[in-house]
Amino acid sequence: MPSGVAITGMGIISSIGQSVEENWHSLVREKHGISRVENFTTTHVDDIMVGEIKLTNEELIYRLGLPETNTFTRTALLGLCAAKEAVDQAGILDMQTYRTGLISSTSVGGMDFTERYFYDYLTEPALQRYITSHDAGDSTHKIADYLGLQGFVTTISTACSSAANAIMMGARLIQSGRLDRVIVGGADALSKFTINGFKTLMILSDGLCQPFDQHRKGLNLGEAAAYLVLESAEVVQKENKKVLAYLAGYGNANDAFHQTASSEDGEGAFLAMQKALKVAGLQATDIDYVNVHGTATPNNDLSEGRALIRIFGNQMPPFSSTKAFTGHTLAAAAAIEAVYSILALQRETAFANLNFETPMEEFVLIPETETKLTPIRKVLSNSFGFGGNCSTLIFSES
Amino acid sequence: MKKTAYINGIGAVTAQGVWSERLLADATELQQSIAPVQHPSYKEMISPAMVRRMSNGIKMGIYASQQALDEAEIAMPDAIVAGTGLGCLEDSEKFLRNVLDNDEQFLTPTAFIQSTHNTVASQIALRLQCKAYNFTYVHRSVSFESALLDALLQLQSGKATHILAGASDEISDHTYSLLQQIGYIKQDGIQESVKNSTSVGVNYSEGAVFFGLSTNKMAHTYAEIVDVRIQNDVNQVQLKDFVALFLQENNVAIEEVDALILGINGDIESDQYYTHLLADFDAVPTVYYKHLIGQFDSSSAFGLAVASQLLKHQELPKQLFWQEQERKNFRYVLLYNQFKGKDHSLVLLRAC
Repeated sequence: MPSGVAITGMGIISSIGQSVEENWHSLVREKHGISRVENFTTTHVDDIMVGEIKLTNEELIYRLGLPETNTFTRTALLGLCAAKEAVDQAGILDMQTYRTGLISSTSVGGMDFTERYFYDYLTEPALQRYITSHDAGDSTHKIADYLGLQGFVTTISTACSSAANAIMMGARLIQSGRLDRVIVGGADALSKFTINGFKTLMILSDGLCQPFDQHRKGLNLGEAAAYLVLESAEVVQKENKKVLAYLAGYGNANDAFHQTASSEDGEGAFLAMQKALKVAGLQATDIDYVNVHGTATPNNDLSEGRALIRIFGNQMPPFSSTKAFTGHTLAAAAAIEAVYSILALQRETAFANLNFETPMEEFVLIPETETKLTPIRKVLSNSFGFGGNCSTLIFSES
Repeated sequence: MKKTAYINGIGAVTAQGVWSERLLADATELQQSIAPVQHPSYKEMISPAMVRRMSNGIKMGIYASQQALDEAEIAMPDAIVAGTGLGCLEDSEKFLRNVLDNDEQFLTPTAFIQSTHNTVASQIALRLQCKAYNFTYVHRSVSFESALLDALLQLQSGKATHILAGASDEISDHTYSLLQQIGYIKQDGIQESVKNSTSVGVNYSEGAVFFGLSTNKMAHTYAEIVDVRIQNDVNQVQLKDFVALFLQENNVAIEEVDALILGINGDIESDQYYTHLLADFDAVPTVYYKHLIGQFDSSSAFGLAVASQLLKHQELPKQLFWQEQERKNFRYVLLYNQFKGKDHSLVLLRAC
């Protein structure tokens, strides 16, 4: 059986913690990070709840030791915090020792600064240094340059499945022998742009989100960043690296149904899970825990639920959506949930699906409602996005 | 065993019009700082109601992709891999203006829905009803090359037989005026071609270029993609080794490179990279193309189309040559592109 690609480091910053350990503690204590927007003003402040990281940009700049005058957007700041932790954990001291790459992902990029200075840029030269921080590649460049990474660097943006695709591409580059190690993940900051975008789609909850609940009213947006370090078997052996877990399988498919809505039978999700199982050489019955996409929108949870039933039949393993902890962190979500999946493997714990009360009437799918200690050897994690982009990752214990 | 990846179809919408065998011969040099594309009629491909809602980037992407698929005779690709530097700028700006101007009130979702970076690739999938692998890369001037590398991995490993790979970038007023303000784009009124440029900045444009790639060779196949390399950071001194190593890993001697296709764009400073490289290839025919289609993040995709045409027909119109040299037979062609000294890419093609 193929063991997959070794994961030797991980880092995360989210509304439930500024490190892997802090996230773990919040998860097992069932402590969510959903609150009102505080870091910027929005007219929707009282209508929505979000997974906001309670650090200002200035605090993040201080924490990272960056010069006061810099061009880091919030996405780049969050990304760097998480990437640094991942690289530190993997014990990487010199980026040039091996062929090292970085594949990041984001949906908003530098939109947080663009929306702040959109008109002012034309008249205030002092602000113009941020103009080239708008695009999606900017935060990736900032992280690569800070880490001193000269090699393969790219960025993926496939909406809310982005980071899963970054992880997948990283694994393929290692498997093809093109890279020895690669830092993969994603970062997204909260912005007025996305808040208002999701608001117009009427899929934001005015309270705490309730994934897979009959009375779910929509999602909570969140901000976060997370990265994994993937390394080739040769590097792991040569450096005697501790392997946290393996990426055993991955699958990518398109729902080809609607620009923003998921199909009724979850075809794209079904295909992504099916492909990932095939790549991993596993059967559905081998999966011990599923970290579902579970955004808590009426459409996603119904579509994903139907796809899960198509894969698992009436033998659904323990599952939960951790988005009630962090909010939906868009492009970063799959990386956040990759870290949680690895924690689930390492510490044999299925996390709680918070705020669940009433099963959905369309099917019998009951998520874990409390932290549960249970043997976990394989975890399947789903991430789906606008544009029909569906991705599944499968992690196995080391 | 490693399979071979062939370029079997090309599609493009550019400042010179849509892709055809005559496009390069009929092209005229751009002299203005911002040049929009010459749009084809879209109504044969997209319903009028949809055309009205779609931004230029989506329309161009759909047109170019269909052209590429048709020529490559691919009805349903095994993967759609796209690149874009700035994404769906028109709709992003439109939605953002509405948010800012109306104090976050009275908004409609259409522009937001179409603002995500993966809109072009997903609209192509939707139109084809293609449920296969679907990726969008968004990394400045290697957005396209990232997509090409992804496609190459899948074709060479036998994971896919037919792939649609390409890129699209569109102009939008505000962003381009900001890029002009900081000197990325030449000032209004300056009329300089790439070759006679004496001012900072570049002539910008927009466009979409797609390729139908397959592991099977056809009678009209353009060329074989040998390899793709992407590097975040290379300084001018390291450039020589970067190129030499890439060729060496592909068992190609420097003397075997029959033509260079360079992303020279008229930015006096960063064009130094090309000057440096040319010092090692002084007897090699050198081709450029951004004087015809302008600079945009994914404009290097057009370089691949030019290279394909050169290898298929063994010649190019005179105006494509930066440096002309006698050459009877073009077998290996090397493409090199970078932007402001970052995001370097090399693509090696072989004649079939």
